[in-house]
Amino acid sequence: MNKTRKPSLRFLIAAGLALLASLSAFAQTASPTAPLPPPPTPKDSEVLQSMGAYFQNTDPSAAFAAYKDKDGNLPKGFTAPTLGVAGPGHNGWMMTSAALVLFMTLPGLALFYGGLVRTKNVLSVMAQCLGIAGLVTILWWAFGYSLVFGKNFGSAFLGGSEFFFLRGVDSAPNADYGAWVSHNVFAMYQLMFAIITPALIVGAIAERMKFSAVLLFVTVWMFVVYFPLAHMVWGVTGLMNGVWNSGAAIKAIDFAGGTVVHMSSGWSALILCLILGPRLGFGKTPMPPHSLVLCMVGTGMLWVGWYGFNAGSAVAADGVAANAFTTTTLATAVASFTWAALEYLLRGKASVLGFCSGAVAGLVVVTPACGFITSSLSVPLGIIAGAVPFFACTKLKPLFGYDDALDTFGVHAIGGTLGALLTGLFARNAANANLATNLKDKVTDAFGQPLVIEQLKAIGLTLALAVVSTVVIAYVVKAVVGLRPTVESEQEGLDLSDHGEEGYIYEAKA
Amino acid sequence: MKLIIAIIKPFKLEEVKEALAAAGIEGMTVTEVKGFGRQKGHTEIYRGSEYTVDFLPKVKVEIAVANDAAGKAVDTIVKAAKTGKIGDGKVFVLPLEEVVRIRTDERGESAV
Repeated sequence: MNKTRKPSLRFLIAAGLALLASLSAFAQTASPTAPLPPPPTPKDSEVLQSMGAYFQNTDPSAAFAAYKDKDGNLPKGFTAPTLGVAGPGHNGWMMTSAALVLFMTLPGLALFYGGLVRTKNVLSVMAQCLGIAGLVTILWWAFGYSLVFGKNFGSAFLGGSEFFFLRGVDSAPNADYGAWVSHNVFAMYQLMFAIITPALIVGAIAERMKFSAVLLFVTVWMFVVYFPLAHMVWGVTGLMNGVWNSGAAIKAIDFAGGTVVHMSSGWSALILCLILGPRLGFGKTPMPPHSLVLCMVGTGMLWVGWYGFNAGSAVAADGVAANAFTTTTLATAVASFTWAALEYLLRGKASVLGFCSGAVAGLVVVTPACGFITSSLSVPLGIIAGAVPFFACTKLKPLFGYDDALDTFGVHAIGGTLGALLTGLFARNAANANLATNLKDKVTDAFGQPLVIEQLKAIGLTLALAVVSTVVIAYVVKAVVGLRPTVESEQEGLDLSDHGEEGYIYEAKA
Repeated sequence: MKLIIAIIKPFKLEEVKEALAAAGIEGMTVTEVKGFGRQKGHTEIYRGSEYTVDFLPKVKVEIAVANDAAGKAVDTIVKAAKTGKIGDGKVFVLPLEEVVRIRTDERGESAV
């Protein structure tokens, strides 16, 4: 029991928040004003051409190349109606997508996981999702966004410091990531990915890890695993950003986060659940899900929200997004049906949890592939996505006996790894013209294309980073605050012992 | 006096109640219970985890009757609750020492 909280801890949290608030003052720096020579005025035909870039989702300043200096900069004070503004359609879709991805965590994942635990732990899972949403937002604002999408470190492994406290991240687009999307919208959109990734880990350690330990683990894990990995995969200077970084050492591709989100969380989840040990009474007392109804409701929200995750990863409302929307739908529906069909064939009954698990597995596997594969290849991808995680959850887990409570490993690690590999096999130039920019020799439109090797390298690096880091972080957290609640607390349920409330009270207590 | 405890299938409760009322036996206490006899439970599978559920939902009916009404009450319950399939339940008859109607302080068979 933790009834007498140490005052020192409370003071530390308060001091930390106060420090962050004062540091944020640095974000407001005034820009120096200097007298400018009168800038040239662009011709109407150039402005029209620049507007055309909106429909092509290309750089609007390219139309004014004639005015640029040798470094590619336009003269100071040069204005055009298309410069420094977001494109309404693209920006609207990205704000919608950001909200959809948040909806995946709150309440999608919270309900999906909440329904799968026992009654006494339903709130603990929800509190972990909510706690991670708040915590990661603070980290993202202060350092995270800059460490992932900045570039002044000039590093393939970590971004930069120029956007700390979201300094200078305003409504004008950042051409590095989206020519027509507000920089602040892009930052918020990517924040939602940073929130759901550690929240996925909760599934493997559900019902038996202290709230304080979860938050401390996630804090360190974000800096050691997520921020570097997200930069490597999506940063313009990233090590594994094969599509946009011509100098990438590993020319891998990951459209919406198969390695960054699902592999990293899934493999870390397995390691953390092994270090944590199984729940009390695991294998002896029944631990069935307390509400498959909540679980199904959460699954539906995940599926819907995932359109923001996958189609939104085009960072535009363009043809690539439209293709990702289509492949996501097909693969998910096929995987859901495949999982339940396998249950029917092997056990005689198709279950709601089977349909739900198959849908999530399909979404996970299609995540890295959705913007790079054609609709016809998304169907076989869906079948494999339903079958492989099915066997991982129903055969592999009982075989080894680890207590991956809600199958984060079986669905996200296996699915994420499978997705990264299938992306290598299935990526086609017909699905995404950007593959021809830097990957002409890697994507040859055959199953045995050289891209597969690059994907395997990315898989190896992601796996190693996630596994090694998690081992170290878990033991550090264990030494500092301890990982598990007391035996009494775990038996009583984390809702009461960690949060002092209950999920279900049907009658007023005397 | 006798206390009759009948464990029956939940969906048979309404028929038992109506049959007892038609036989002139009024009043009963009903509890939702779980248990098993010869009827086997069922298996639930959640992904890779399989659980056997031994205890099945049943309804427990308790009625207190005068000695000469006990036979008729038992017969009525058995007839109304029977489906002929395994799991129909059981009827227990116990001697009852005393009954008190709280409102009037009546004792014995007049309080039943």
